[in-house]
Amino acid sequence: MAGNKKPGAPEPTRRDFLYIATGAMGAVGAAGAAWPLVNQMAPDASTRALASIEVDVSAIEPGQAITVKWRGKPVFIRNRTEQEIAEANAVSEAELKDPVARNDNLAAADPATDVNRSAGEGKENWIVMIGSCTHLGCVPVGLAGDFGGWFCPCHGSHYDTAGRIRKGPAPENLLIPPFEFVSDETIKIG
Amino acid sequence: MSGGHSEYVPGNGVSKWLDERLPLPRMVYDSFIAYPVPRNLNSWYTFGAILMVMLIVMILTGVTLAMNYAASTQLAFDSVEHIERNVNYGWLLRSIHANGASMFFIAVYIHMFRGMYYGSYKAPREVLWILGVLIFLLMMATAFMGYVLPWGQMSFWGATVITGFFSAIPLIGPGIQEWLLGGFAVDNATLNRFFSLHYLLPFMILGVVILHVWALHVTGQTNPTGVEVKNMKKETVPFTPFATIKDALAVALFFIFFSWFVFYLPDFLGHPDNYIKADPLKTPAHIVPEWYFLPFYAILRAITFNIGIPFTDIVLIDSKLGGVIAMFGSIAILVLLPWLDTSKVRSGSYRPLFKQFFWVFAFVCVMLGWLGAKPAEGSGLSGLLFSGDFAGNYVAYAQIFTAYYFAHFLIILPWLGKFEKPSKVPPSIADAVLGEKSGRSAAAQPAE
Amino acid sequence: MKMMIAKIAGLAIAAVIAVTGASYAAGGPKIKPKEVDWSFAGPFGTWDLGQLQRGFKVYQEVCASCHSIDLIAFRNLQEIGFSEAQVKAIAAEYEVTDGPNADGEMFERTAVPSDLIPGPYANAAEAAAVNNGAAPPDFSLLAKARAVERGFPTFVFDMFTLYAENGPDYIYSLLTGYKDAPEGKELPEGTHYNPYFIAGEAIAMGQPLYGDDVEYDDGTEATIEQQSKDVSAFMMWAAEPYLVERKQMGFKVIAFLLIFSILLYLTKKSVFRQLKSA
Repeated sequence: MAGNKKPGAPEPTRRDFLYIATGAMGAVGAAGAAWPLVNQMAPDASTRALASIEVDVSAIEPGQAITVKWRGKPVFIRNRTEQEIAEANAVSEAELKDPVARNDNLAAADPATDVNRSAGEGKENWIVMIGSCTHLGCVPVGLAGDFGGWFCPCHGSHYDTAGRIRKGPAPENLLIPPFEFVSDETIKIG
Repeated sequence: MSGGHSEYVPGNGVSKWLDERLPLPRMVYDSFIAYPVPRNLNSWYTFGAILMVMLIVMILTGVTLAMNYAASTQLAFDSVEHIERNVNYGWLLRSIHANGASMFFIAVYIHMFRGMYYGSYKAPREVLWILGVLIFLLMMATAFMGYVLPWGQMSFWGATVITGFFSAIPLIGPGIQEWLLGGFAVDNATLNRFFSLHYLLPFMILGVVILHVWALHVTGQTNPTGVEVKNMKKETVPFTPFATIKDALAVALFFIFFSWFVFYLPDFLGHPDNYIKADPLKTPAHIVPEWYFLPFYAILRAITFNIGIPFTDIVLIDSKLGGVIAMFGSIAILVLLPWLDTSKVRSGSYRPLFKQFFWVFAFVCVMLGWLGAKPAEGSGLSGLLFSGDFAGNYVAYAQIFTAYYFAHFLIILPWLGKFEKPSKVPPSIADAVLGEKSGRSAAAQPAE
Repeated sequence: MKMMIAKIAGLAIAAVIAVTGASYAAGGPKIKPKEVDWSFAGPFGTWDLGQLQRGFKVYQEVCASCHSIDLIAFRNLQEIGFSEAQVKAIAAEYEVTDGPNADGEMFERTAVPSDLIPGPYANAAEAAAVNNGAAPPDFSLLAKARAVERGFPTFVFDMFTLYAENGPDYIYSLLTGYKDAPEGKELPEGTHYNPYFIAGEAIAMGQPLYGDDVEYDDGTEATIEQQSKDVSAFMMWAAEPYLVERKQMGFKVIAFLLIFSILLYLTKKSVFRQLKSA
């Protein structure tokens, strides 16, 4: 442009500063305007409100299970029989394909013992797991498979009565979501 | 794109390589950087850029709203409220989109009236103008269908009334209406197709806008003097930075006005009844379209009489069809404007009589807008003439203003061009600008 | 140029006056609604949480026997100052229908915070049948849907004063506006005289509030005016829970745009100075 001023005038510096300041503010404005467009895709308030649910388990007798929906996925809640617990306890760590508990309520490295897979001391009969096969996300079938636990029909993964992967392509034990007993009859998941 | 020779020089090897294969950077450079614009453009010429930005704002907010909206008569109303209440920034997106439609029309009307005042439609820019009219038509269709989507009372009844136009077409009308609605009344099928088209049309607008800008860059911009550029060096400036920075300022100021409504008066331009879910069994007391359609709505309702062969009972065009023809005619006539205006002088600045008539025409459009919002009551023109029925005779006023609207194009403009004595037009932009600088010559004031 | 701007401005004002004034002219109540001083009015308005909680109590104990509030979930009540535990306790007072269960039957269960507040009727048809054919409107959006048009020239000033409380003003006026019908005024059967009613003077709803209809927890005296004001504010919140967020963001955005415009103006001046010196 024909903007050549007298040499030595302070103009260019001031002008440069002005251009940079305007440009920077424009960039900040554009980023600020873009944020709502991006953020609207994140889970909305009604979805977030369902991030944790409470389930009444008082009616589940030993040997029975229910499936509830939590964050759009099935969660298996099973009241295990003494025999199922005993079967699970009888398995040695060496037999496990995945030796880690995969329990969100415990430390990440805790071993996959039966008590670590269950709801804990005194509540070993309860097992709460996300019903989504760790292979490719199909829903396993209960009381099926070679180990009397769960069996995923998609690609033949077998889980034992503590939901641990024993055979088949799945890499990990069925995941245990964060949950707690808020009373003897109610479990809060999430 | 600009027709002239290109000044683009690729800066490095990569851009040189690309330039020989797909000269996209060259096109952008020629169209938005080096493109010469007359140096005397005033602020009214920034509305093109404002409209471009508004189109992008509407598409961006629209696409994001569509991610959360459900086009079903069972769900639509609640899904809009879900957007408002639950979706992150949903209320903001919706307020921008809903008020943005109004802002879009404010800007497009200023843009159109600017074109009319400065004679921007005259040769060689007829195609540019007609493309603009086409964009306007597409905008109207898009806005109308968008207003149906929230599925409130005004959405539903507005759609019922507007789609009723088509039943006015003789013989095939009712069939066409049923086909449009996908049923016997506005219902789920209608809502779904309106959503689909409301999503599609903005991209068609974008396509026509590209043609519009292309046509603009072939002929070059007009300017307030209406005199074509004669000396490129002296009379034009490069688009960047001159037009870019001016347009950016205009957009920022327009956004302040826009934000005032988005954040503080989000429902000021809407109708409260649209917060009531659509009820096909209950019509609101008074159906009014959005404000930007009111002048056309007034023209539609002004035709309360049948047109037939005088002194017989033979009706050629009944009032319903007549209204529809008048309404579409009022837009179609804009297409013919370049040929209806016979004046050799382009800019209204140098046409003393035209200037007066321009403002009268603008006033008539405003009055038609006012009448569009009034109930269609009164005995009409005949009542006014023969029984002195003045008070509240809105039909009569609408008939008078509608007649004037058409007369402006069909009688006044052709006649003015032949009989008006224009004031002295400056021989060149350079003369006008120089005159303006010295502040002596009245003719050099570009806007007036 | 200046003259043109003046003309355009004049025309624009005329347009707005004509257009908006006219669209607001038809219908409407016989008397203008009273104007109440709301805490949420104006560009810096905020909710009065105590008022909203009182309003919720009026809704819950009086209005809710006929009017639903379908778009509000219990969890939303946390926004008007109730704690998570309080919201849980409020929800626990309600039963909602859920299901179908494993036997294919719908069942009743205690409500939880994520549930929508259940209304008094199963559907609109039942609501109408129980109330002589006039279904009591849902409260969720009523404060926006009953925004009484202000007419010319008031609404022009409203654009600058940012008056947007037509809805709660109307509801307050209606609730406090019941009177004996004037001498000789024939009302349709089953209706009540209220000059503030948006669709004439005869309203199907009988006077709902008389004073001391509820006992406020914060000791506020439950006059008819106080209760009406509180429930109107609550309804405005229900219609637009994000109102304060909207206004606060508006201030930031407009302040940003003003500063940005000044910078752009200076930049533009600086750019065009090159032109003059050329």
